Amino acid sequence: MPVPVDENPAYAQYAHPERLVSTEWLAAHLNDENLVVLESDEDILLYSTGHIPGALKVDWHTELNDEVTRDYVDGEGFARLMKAKGIARDTTVVIYGDKSNWWAAYALWVFSLFGHEDVRLLDGGRDKWIAEGRELSTEKPAARPVADYPVIERDDSQIRAYLPQVLEHLGNPLIDVRSPEEYTGERTHMPAYPEEGALRGGHIPTAASVPWARAAAEDGTFRSREELEAIYLDEAGLKPGDDVVAYCRIGERSSHTWFVLTHLLGFEKVRNYDGSWTEWGNAVRVPIVRGAEPGELPAQLAGRA
Amino acid sequence: MSQTPAALTEIVEEFTEVPEADRLELLLEFSRELPELPPRLAEHPELLEQVVECQSPLFLVVEVGHDENRLTRLFFSAPPEAPTTRGFASVLAAGLDGAPAAEILAVADDMPQSLGLSRALSPLRMRGMTAMLGRIKRQVREQLEA
Repeated sequence: MPVPVDENPAYAQYAHPERLVSTEWLAAHLNDENLVVLESDEDILLYSTGHIPGALKVDWHTELNDEVTRDYVDGEGFARLMKAKGIARDTTVVIYGDKSNWWAAYALWVFSLFGHEDVRLLDGGRDKWIAEGRELSTEKPAARPVADYPVIERDDSQIRAYLPQVLEHLGNPLIDVRSPEEYTGERTHMPAYPEEGALRGGHIPTAASVPWARAAAEDGTFRSREELEAIYLDEAGLKPGDDVVAYCRIGERSSHTWFVLTHLLGFEKVRNYDGSWTEWGNAVRVPIVRGAEPGELPAQLAGRA
Repeated sequence: MSQTPAALTEIVEEFTEVPEADRLELLLEFSRELPELPPRLAEHPELLEQVVECQSPLFLVVEVGHDENRLTRLFFSAPPEAPTTRGFASVLAAGLDGAPAAEILAVADDMPQSLGLSRALSPLRMRGMTAMLGRIKRQVREQLEA
């Protein structure tokens, strides 16, 4: 039986309200047969300190990334992972995590690369669940029966951008979701202080700076559509119908922004550049701008778009 | 030449002797055992240095003693919602607190790599750990020179 959507009227304002569930809704549906709850955290030990009863852990680093190549798992790897977690192709998956669902959104984005249809975020994530005093468990959930999951080839063409595609994209809107210090290229580089993972600091020319966490309210839930439009449309200058690329350091924080732009604001062409600054800031001869201003495109690229 | 403190060597052995799958569990146990800050520091968070390379807020302060061996105290503060960061701080607390300054300086800079967690933890996380050790050693050096 399909799992119903959360009819919470607060979500009706968003482009795809079915992508969110509230803590109340989840508490009431924890035992739904065709629902699997996954916790995806930045701190991978956090799950073991207590999780939503019955929730399984998904580890972005060891389970969603390929171990050798800097890439995500392939179709076979994803199918194996889904089977092991008892997730079938038609299972409803609700993902939640720490830090306003930062890594939960990353996991959701990877699920979307494989076209898993019904994958939702718990609005407010782990922190809201705990703040409301809801039950946590340290018990290992009973293994779900191994499910049948088809091998689906990952589709990187719609929501993922590679470096050459970002170069092609220059002239179109880019959102840099890192902190202001990362955006300007300021560095902490003193003796006995380890260096950052990129050889150059700064941002991709013309990218607007919108730190990802601005999309989240104090309690970790998403801001209202009106507030989000003020940030991304009025302030960052996006226009409905825009083709947008978002990036951060390795593509995790920008998955959160990808979720906001795609599912809450309804942009239809948003790609996450997961190579992000750890690729761009190390690449040879790609244009970079330092400082607080978005900057101009280099002359040979200007006037293309 | 000074040796790495024996307590730290033992902890490293403890990690490498268990199967890889159990190492995170061990780190979690350490995270639960991180000593609280003494009140004189808890009331003065400005005395602690933030390790900005860590993904979660972690603060530390080193106090090199004035005795002959320059026995050194280490204090850490990290929130409970950051168990990985706490776990590593706790490894350093258990392994280095009370050791002579020279022994702390003798710890290899890449000691975090020797815990056998490099597959389970992300590179950024490993770098945070290395940074924690780097800042400890820097504080020790600064106090020895003062």
